[in-house]
Amino acid sequence: MNVTDKIIEIIAEQAVLETSDVTKESTLEDLGIDSLGLVESIFAIEEEFNITVPFNANKPTNNDFDISSISKIIEGVERLLKEQLG
Amino acid sequence: MKRVVITGAGTINALGHSVADTMTALAEGRCGIGPLAVRDVERLSIQIGGQVRGFEADRRYNRQQMSLYDRFTQLTLAAAAEAIAQSGITFNGELASKSGVVLGTAGGGVSTWDDNYRSVYENGKNRVHPFVVPKLMNNAAASHVSIEYNLKGPSFTVSTACASSNHAMAQAFQMVRTGMAPAMVTGGSESMICFGGVKAWEGLRVMSKDACRPFSANRNGMVQGEGAGIFVFEEYEHACARGADILCEVVGFAMSSDATDIVMPSKNGAARAIAGALNDARINPEDVGYINAHGTGTAANDKTECAAIADVFGPHADKLMISSTKSMHGHLIGGTGAVELLACIMALRDGVIAPTIGYEEADPECALDVVPNEARNAAVDVVLSNAFAFGGMNAVLALRKV
Repeated sequence: MNVTDKIIEIIAEQAVLETSDVTKESTLEDLGIDSLGLVESIFAIEEEFNITVPFNANKPTNNDFDISSISKIIEGVERLLKEQLG
Repeated sequence: MKRVVITGAGTINALGHSVADTMTALAEGRCGIGPLAVRDVERLSIQIGGQVRGFEADRRYNRQQMSLYDRFTQLTLAAAAEAIAQSGITFNGELASKSGVVLGTAGGGVSTWDDNYRSVYENGKNRVHPFVVPKLMNNAAASHVSIEYNLKGPSFTVSTACASSNHAMAQAFQMVRTGMAPAMVTGGSESMICFGGVKAWEGLRVMSKDACRPFSANRNGMVQGEGAGIFVFEEYEHACARGADILCEVVGFAMSSDATDIVMPSKNGAARAIAGALNDARINPEDVGYINAHGTGTAANDKTECAAIADVFGPHADKLMISSTKSMHGHLIGGTGAVELLACIMALRDGVIAPTIGYEEADPECALDVVPNEARNAAVDVVLSNAFAFGGMNAVLALRKV
């Protein structure tokens, strides 16, 4: 399974939606994911890809990791995979 | 001063998943203690306990709830649902803003600590789930009850080891009695039966390997239990006005501190709490028909407790009944007083005195009527519930038939 599919699966589970309801253009807000859900999603991503995501819940929009849409999250994870797993 | 009555009760413990099942088991003198089913049980020297069996938490709670509910919270919410349904009370408007929840627990989310320590120490993981802190905190259960039932008044958790629930219920009682709150949800819970939780208790060398036999000369220690007991304490007129079924009245309490030793109990501290509860409730010692004893099955507790009762009641000590239901459900530590309150309600309401089971041999130092092995039918009007904790902190409640 590729990175995109896996992330959509993680986000869908968190939002209690079908994977078909989650698109790359979706935002977390659209999907009804609150701050606790976001932190749990970040954890699930870290566990799945064995990476560390630089994310501080005190300033969610001001991190090195862009969470403004699913496609931004996918880009971020792909970048971290390159950096951290080389 | 307002009168305070109990209008709802709920429980889950080793004897049953409801008040009705638990009372049936208490009346039958059934033992809920058995072999432990926990990970690495073969590395434990104590392998028995009063575990809650057949509780399917993942069917009862959704994925998000499961990620936030430690077992002690799961058990609390199950008992709270029963208590609040029975009471028929709905918290909204001014009632909601004044009513709260005060619960007791000694350890809080022990298995969450245990699982995550295992994960980072034993398995070498460097990352834990984001909700570890809100899951293990001692007030998690009380908080989730407040969220579930819209309780917006004074809410907190009391932690005084084995007296936690009695201290919590005493607080709730005081809040309703003084008019601060029209109703309070109270009681307590504990779930320490996991590898680390049992291992910690083993260290003290006070645990029995075979059975909890309070007051019996051949007793050899305590046995852990787990579960929750939750009640609705309500102002009498408020309960009457809505036609609530009143289970019994809470008439007094007292707390005392031994200020002597961190683990050894004191006769004086226990006696002061018992006498204080009688005084607070304005009842004569002769009116007390039954005492639900702390009765842990340890040499230190049982002798001290019997001596304290003899001191307070004088000749009447030989006429009243005392029993320890820990022989059946085990010692629920911070939740124990809450589950034991059910034996008090059963005595007042049904006239059935729960026995002390496992009683095999008389002990001259515990020469009271401990209702050995079989329940007894007896009409009683006033009962006490004792709790004497490690740290020398004692809390005794007095209840009366309505």
